[in-house]
Amino acid sequence: MLQFIIRRLITSIPVLLGVMVIVFVLVRVIPGDPCTALLGEKANAERCAQFNERIGLHQPLPVQLGIYLKEVATLDLGTSTKFGKPVVQLLVERLPTTIELTIYALVFAIVFGMALGIIAASRRNSAADVGSMMVANLGVSIPVFVLGLVIAYFFAVVLKGTPFALPGVAAGRLSAGFRFETIPQAWGMTDLTGPPRGILDFLSNMYTVNGLLTLQFGLFFDALRHLLLPALALGTIPMAIIARMTRSSLLEVMGLDYVRTARAKGLKGRIVLFRHGLRNAMLPVVTVIGLSIGGLLSGAVLTETIFGLTGVGLTIKDAITSRDYAVVQGMALFVAFVYVIVNLLTDISYGFLDPRVRQT
Amino acid sequence: MTSLGGVELSGTPLMPQVGAIAEDKRLGRSIWRRILAQRPAQIGLIILAFLFLVAIFAPVLASYDPEKSVIGIETKAQGAVARAAPCIHALGCPADRPEHLMGLDGNVIDEFARVVFGARVSLAIGFVTVGGAILIGLLIGAVAGYAGGWADNVLMRTMDMFLAFPALLLSIVIVTILGSGLVQAMTAVAIVSIPIYARVMRASVLSVRELDYVTAARALGDSPVNILLRRVLPNSLTPMIVQGTLGIGTAVLEVAALSFLGLGSQPPTPEWGQMIGREYNNLQNAAHLIFFPGIGLTLTVLGFNLLGDGLRDAFDPRLGR
Repeated sequence: MLQFIIRRLITSIPVLLGVMVIVFVLVRVIPGDPCTALLGEKANAERCAQFNERIGLHQPLPVQLGIYLKEVATLDLGTSTKFGKPVVQLLVERLPTTIELTIYALVFAIVFGMALGIIAASRRNSAADVGSMMVANLGVSIPVFVLGLVIAYFFAVVLKGTPFALPGVAAGRLSAGFRFETIPQAWGMTDLTGPPRGILDFLSNMYTVNGLLTLQFGLFFDALRHLLLPALALGTIPMAIIARMTRSSLLEVMGLDYVRTARAKGLKGRIVLFRHGLRNAMLPVVTVIGLSIGGLLSGAVLTETIFGLTGVGLTIKDAITSRDYAVVQGMALFVAFVYVIVNLLTDISYGFLDPRVRQT
Repeated sequence: MTSLGGVELSGTPLMPQVGAIAEDKRLGRSIWRRILAQRPAQIGLIILAFLFLVAIFAPVLASYDPEKSVIGIETKAQGAVARAAPCIHALGCPADRPEHLMGLDGNVIDEFARVVFGARVSLAIGFVTVGGAILIGLLIGAVAGYAGGWADNVLMRTMDMFLAFPALLLSIVIVTILGSGLVQAMTAVAIVSIPIYARVMRASVLSVRELDYVTAARALGDSPVNILLRRVLPNSLTPMIVQGTLGIGTAVLEVAALSFLGLGSQPPTPEWGQMIGREYNNLQNAAHLIFFPGIGLTLTVLGFNLLGDGLRDAFDPRLGR
């Protein structure tokens, strides 16, 4: 198993390098020179000369690539022209929102998707089956921004004044004027600096995590309340995909000989379904879950826009409008990294689920 | 009686060579029958037929210009204000006010006209984007599969790199470089989906490359291009059609998403994603401007997805008949 993991880790290195090369190339084909693109309004002859010296613009491309890779490795992703902050700092501030949103959406998708799929498969062709597959087909087809707006409308306009009412469009991450302490503040570690401080700040910005770690339950519930609708909107498409895959995979497995043997032994239907069927049906489901994380990261851009959550997606969108290329470049690179790592974890989880995968 | 391929020909006996042709047609017909036998595919076809009819007869259906404001034709007293709610006479709207089935949008343009003409735009986006992606993917996959060796490695590893990005994110980055616009957005979405088609094509090339009839064609001195076009390509059509049908739904969705973000089609083009993107801040007081284009988008994607699923099941020999 360890050997399998190591082998899989090594094969993802060229992919990560390739991702960096693509981003490197993309920035160099942006119309205009990289200096004006990356420094924006601050670009003048003197600054550009300095900038070009730093990224090695006068040197051959491979050397430039080397310099770029070194910068990425040392977490130097440039400076945002709009915010005047290093891109890495923006990531520490805004990536947590996206991660939090994606995780809640994913949990919703996995729990409800698998439940729907199992119900549909175990009562094949029943009303429950047809119904849940209709929901799944519709869920796959509805654009995430339309669904988000429909949900927002329903809760903010139709249910207004009922106990269900939740904040609607452009809701933000917390209620207006909500005060809270960051983790370093709550733990009395404000004099901490460097990477450990960065990690704590990062965790602080995942408000629900912050709320639990520092026992600020008001913060936890307020943040959760604001995350529910976006997570519901973002998670519906992967939920539908997972439901369909669980159903078809389970139906295929339940038709196999060993399942019939298990039934013939007199095992209860429920035990056969969960212990014999589901485990073997999980492999394609895990694949789909891994793949849908890419869709979640894409969908996060749209969901954050609708619900006014300042995560990576909304930041990238704003960065494009204001031609803040350093931010686009750095954040795109980071999201691609996350995606590659998620795919790696998906592959490794195959190894746990199916011993045959480890050998190949 | 001939029993070519296990299919009994009924009726009058046919000459063998005629029988072969009839067999061909019969096969085509039986695939259609298999597609039509499936409920999802039926629904998908009905939805798509409806959308195509709407797109074709858009000028007949809409009595207003989808790109021109009604100001000047109608007065404010008649209800010609921005984001006016739908006015349907049958539902009790006063008869002296002009009928606007889906209300007016932020630029005081008839929303019904925009939604109806939007069907044209979206279908065109889907077909052109996927067509372009298939063409290039076909080429890359064919070269990779047929040449093998380092060419295969370089091409397919490059394709893998593209798949390492979440799709919408990569197309956003590409649009950043190309600039905003409908054509640019379609190009970006096409580029992002090329690897899928390249993979499908390569797989089918690999599966037939070493078969006897291809070797025979090679021995007869056929050029590689000829072999690819006449022997290999027809074999890869089925998976391409299935993948392409599913891909149209995705392409429509992604271009709409880019337009929603303001990176794709620009006003006054009646494109659903852009229409939603420009009005979503008015959700509370003008929900009709979100819902109608949203329904259009969902129907289009649903139609292609259902048909694609049906095609895949109909062509999948493992499922039997």
